[in-house]
Amino acid sequence: MRAPARVVWAAGAVAAVLPLAACGSGAGVPGGSVLSASWGDPQNPLEPANTNEVQGGKVLDMIFRGLKRYNPRTGKAENMLAEKIETTDARTYTITVKPGWRFSNGEPVTARSFVDAWNYGASLKNKQRNAYFFGYIEGYDKVHPARGPQTADTLSGLKVTGERTFTVRLSQPFSSFPDTLGYAAFAPLPRMFFTDHKAWLDKPVGNGPYRIESYTKGAQMYLKKWDAYPGPDKARNDGVTLLVYTDSNTAYTDVLAGNLDLVDDIPATQLKNVRKDLDGRYINTPAGLLQTLAFPFWDPAWNTEGARKVRIGLSMAIDRETITRTLFRGTRTPATDWTSPVLGTAGGYQAGLCGRACTYRPAEAKRLVQEGGGLPGGQVRITYNADSGSHKEWVDAVCNSINNALGDDHACVGNPVGTFADFRNRIAQHRMTGPFRAGWQMDYPLIQNFLQPLYYTDASSNDGKWSNATFDRLVDQANAARDQATAIRLFQQAERVVRDEMAAIPLWYQNGSAGYSDRLHDVALNPFSVPVYDEITVG
Amino acid sequence: MGRYVVRRLLQMIPVFVGATALLFVMVNVMGDPVAGLCGERACDTATAAQLKQEFGLDQPLWRQYATYMSNVFTGDFGTAFNGRPVLELMASAFPVTVRLTLVAVVFEIVVGVTLGVLTGLRRGRPVDTAVLLATLVVISVPTFVTGLLLQLLLGVRWGWIRPSVPPQAPLDQLILPGLVLASVSLAYVTRLTRTSLAENRRADYVRTAVAKGLPRRRVVVRHLLRNSLIPVVTFIGTDVGALMGGAIVTERIFNIHGVGYQLYQGILRQNTQTVVGFVTVLVLVFLIANLLVDLLYAVLDPRIRYA
Repeated sequence: MRAPARVVWAAGAVAAVLPLAACGSGAGVPGGSVLSASWGDPQNPLEPANTNEVQGGKVLDMIFRGLKRYNPRTGKAENMLAEKIETTDARTYTITVKPGWRFSNGEPVTARSFVDAWNYGASLKNKQRNAYFFGYIEGYDKVHPARGPQTADTLSGLKVTGERTFTVRLSQPFSSFPDTLGYAAFAPLPRMFFTDHKAWLDKPVGNGPYRIESYTKGAQMYLKKWDAYPGPDKARNDGVTLLVYTDSNTAYTDVLAGNLDLVDDIPATQLKNVRKDLDGRYINTPAGLLQTLAFPFWDPAWNTEGARKVRIGLSMAIDRETITRTLFRGTRTPATDWTSPVLGTAGGYQAGLCGRACTYRPAEAKRLVQEGGGLPGGQVRITYNADSGSHKEWVDAVCNSINNALGDDHACVGNPVGTFADFRNRIAQHRMTGPFRAGWQMDYPLIQNFLQPLYYTDASSNDGKWSNATFDRLVDQANAARDQATAIRLFQQAERVVRDEMAAIPLWYQNGSAGYSDRLHDVALNPFSVPVYDEITVG
Repeated sequence: MGRYVVRRLLQMIPVFVGATALLFVMVNVMGDPVAGLCGERACDTATAAQLKQEFGLDQPLWRQYATYMSNVFTGDFGTAFNGRPVLELMASAFPVTVRLTLVAVVFEIVVGVTLGVLTGLRRGRPVDTAVLLATLVVISVPTFVTGLLLQLLLGVRWGWIRPSVPPQAPLDQLILPGLVLASVSLAYVTRLTRTSLAENRRADYVRTAVAKGLPRRRVVVRHLLRNSLIPVVTFIGTDVGALMGGAIVTERIFNIHGVGYQLYQGILRQNTQTVVGFVTVLVLVFLIANLLVDLLYAVLDPRIRYA
């Protein structure tokens, strides 16, 4: 009996391996008032100018402070590291950095920390996804030409004039520029970022209220309160452990079981039970996120006077009230303008600007579509990417509403696309033949950010390639305006052009949502739907 | 035996080349992945061009493939879009999935074969009927239903386990996910063992063994079971590959950062290097598992010989 002996040996080998495999367990859960929160694996390397999604943004928000910071409640840009930002012509700005700020490795934050960081972010060879944020600064076309090699390494518009002062010269007047400086891409960077880039990426060092204690890529990050943080917004807890969840449903279940303290982004399927499940430990606050339907204006059929009426008709055929109430359970609000309530009235938000065109009027919708010559091609196909979010559900609901209003079962159908990249490709290659999903998460809480990138001729997010000379002129004037009030008034005028042309159909403002365990207090979401970690208290 | 193994190993080379080539084409058919990297906006053309160059996407497909293959032989599996080397992703994902698969296979063998023997020897009795019915239920309920239900009951309602597996994924935390992953296969193993055992019970060599006056235990374990396990071993062998690649659903439910998760991310972001790297390793696992199964035949059935 030779063979069984071998089997026994194999069994012994397996038995020997088992305890080995069991090693390496025992999660290093830090003590004290440390909270755990759900996280997603950042899509891009964790560099300030390379992070364009909310998961990477969470970390940057904890470990960095910029010249300005958006107030987590009001969204207003307030000075953080900036002592003053001065200009006389809305084009050349002199920026003074407050003294006493340091990175968590002890290095002082100086004017150079900013200038070097911005030059790095803008330079084409560094392949930063957010490079275009530096596009207003003079010399951008040299360090980041649209085609061909770059002819300069640094922006000619940036000059260090002292230990704590530097000047920024823009290529055109832009009065809101100081208010854009709260965006993560404008964060200062320590020398180590440039001299030992790999080590920095493994464990980023910043100047915010937390410092990264340990980081296991793809799994978890432990951010410890930085006791020597010089800023006014010191962390009120001892630290945050961010745990990567591949499915927000599991994170939610973990909160219910008491394994996790905070989950942001409550899965749509749980919205029905969340209030009962969490006994009121649920927040649902407006965020700077607007969902719209964009149109392919490169297609002549959608770019006529008749098509304008069709677009307004389609907008009137959508019963936003019912869809947001039943499908989204109040986590979205029907949109009545093209900005967001988080801007506040002073910031340019104007409830009801859309007027009749954004209210459900089935009879008028039908009449307008008929007057406009009917739907181009006899049917609208709303294209969306099916790989994330609950896009399928709402597109189907919108189509249902349109079909009911127009009294035609085939007036509207959803057209799913497999992946987000493929969806973007179809937009870039002008292969959309009807309306398509467009969502806009603001970069900074300014009315400019809701209009210019989306509707200005050839702007980066003008996916439908809408173009209107009056709109462009008003935006240029608004940017050149010396004072904020005039700028906002001009932007609102421009927004009315968008309304009259129905350049995109506004659907709803999206809220941020979060649920938390009974250990936590003072949980809030900022206007970017990111939890305000530093204000959370534990115990 | 040695020559047979060498021949089988050599056969893996064309399969490896063919599988990678096919995968390369398939992922590329989905289109340009760079467009998905800049959020809800078009990447500016210059940055997009730079990114394409970084990931080698500006080259024609055959050249991308050639570069990829030559890199693979130097141990470089490329880089994912988030800047992490694919090799690093593999090093973190495979041990976890291997552990999960191991737990699942142990369940299949221990529970599945035991139940199979039990029912095979007691055909038509109540225990047989009951187990058959139970396997029918398990087979007909999708894995994600079983997984979510058990997670809710054991994890939230009764608080016996953690609903999610911690990042280090220690073995003891993988017991429930392993059981869920194994559940359907486990039911098949039970049924296979039962049928095979019931058939062989009437075979001549069993009758001889019984006539020789061997103890019942020895007849069942040494003679009957050993021969009856051949179809079961075949099934489990091919199932190892299926479990590793097909753990996507289970891994998602229990938040296990294994192969399924990395593959899912790779496919969503159309990252050729991740998908090709991971699937290639899975293909190899599948081939090796099959080879082991074939070798095990000889151990189980003395009539089978490999020249």
